[in-house]
Amino acid sequence: MSATSVVELQDVLLVTIQGELTDEDAMALQEELTTNVARSSARGVLIDVSGLDLVDSFLARTLHDIAGASALLAAETVVVGMRPEVAITLVELGLTLPGLGTALTVADGLDRLNGSARRR
Amino acid sequence: MTAGTGQNIRDRVAQFLKENRSDIERAWATTPVFTARRPADAAEECAELLTGLRHVIETGGEEDPSAGGLATVRPVLASLAARSAGGPSGSDRPDVTVLKGPLLRLWREQDLPEDIVHSGDLVLSNVLNTLRIALLEIELSAGTETILAQRAQLTELSTPVIKLWDGILAIPLIGTLDSTRGQIATESLLEQIVAQQARVAILDITGVTAVDTLVAQHLLKTAVAARLMGAECIISGIRPQIAQTMVQLGIDLGEVATRATLADAFGQALRVIGLTVCPDERGAG
Repeated sequence: MSATSVVELQDVLLVTIQGELTDEDAMALQEELTTNVARSSARGVLIDVSGLDLVDSFLARTLHDIAGASALLAAETVVVGMRPEVAITLVELGLTLPGLGTALTVADGLDRLNGSARRR
Repeated sequence: MTAGTGQNIRDRVAQFLKENRSDIERAWATTPVFTARRPADAAEECAELLTGLRHVIETGGEEDPSAGGLATVRPVLASLAARSAGGPSGSDRPDVTVLKGPLLRLWREQDLPEDIVHSGDLVLSNVLNTLRIALLEIELSAGTETILAQRAQLTELSTPVIKLWDGILAIPLIGTLDSTRGQIATESLLEQIVAQQARVAILDITGVTAVDTLVAQHLLKTAVAARLMGAECIISGIRPQIAQTMVQLGIDLGEVATRATLADAFGQALRVIGLTVCPDERGAG
């Protein structure tokens, strides 16, 4: 059972993932998100994974694909709030998500998207 | 030998132990097992040991180290084992086999038929052998407990996560990093990154004696996991010899930032979070 929500914050799309994400959910999310980015010409995508306590290789690839597709649509993708155990699992699986931006919190992620000029 | 005769022999031996208590205790007190003790303590321990052994023989449990009869002897054995500071192989380890000689001598000095003497010999030897096994078991389990406690202490000691500044954490790694300690260090660092909302984490390996491929791999994994969570990792305190070893081993830390000293790493961390250190204009000292 999962619930994902996509919220538009000015020119940034905030995606919150709650609970477990099945492969179908992940593909649906990728589809919806890419469409949304194209429609709203968003500048950035924030994916909040703090509610996720399980990330498998498929989801890792989906995140990577989302980042790639968004980059083609001129939007930067930042994954925020990854839990320690999830991070360790991903590293142990060898999924280091290269090229994907990361931040501790949604606020940090927004700062990152707004450029280094607004760094704390 | 039938069970009936066996019981007769046991009763006979138990009776012998009871009647010759003081002689046996006196003989035992002069053996190396007890000479290190104060005479009063030694006498008390001898008496306890003897009572316990008699109980074991009466109940016929002389060949079973886990028998209930030995329960009465265990406190004495534990105190014997506690004195063996040198460990199982130490030269000062108490050896209860020295108790056998005096005991068998006293047994043989009695005026008894030969077959009873032989059977009694067997019973007494058996019970002392069992005693020795029980003592060894106690020593081994005491050693294992000590090792476990020390390992736990070491693990606790080795993983303090230090807050250097708002958003900057450091973890000084010390000694040899095996997989357990490394894993605990990683986990506590990542947990603290979340708890303290740290943007930069410094892994200081000044106190690490050797870096092999496994340790390097672990450092790298920690750094990547921290990056996935949105924090940057800096590895500091790489001594020249270690740097050379790492190059010779072909270890590549990739894009992880490295610095020679913790101070350099701290400076870099301050830059990352957008702070600078500048001299105080007022010149206060």
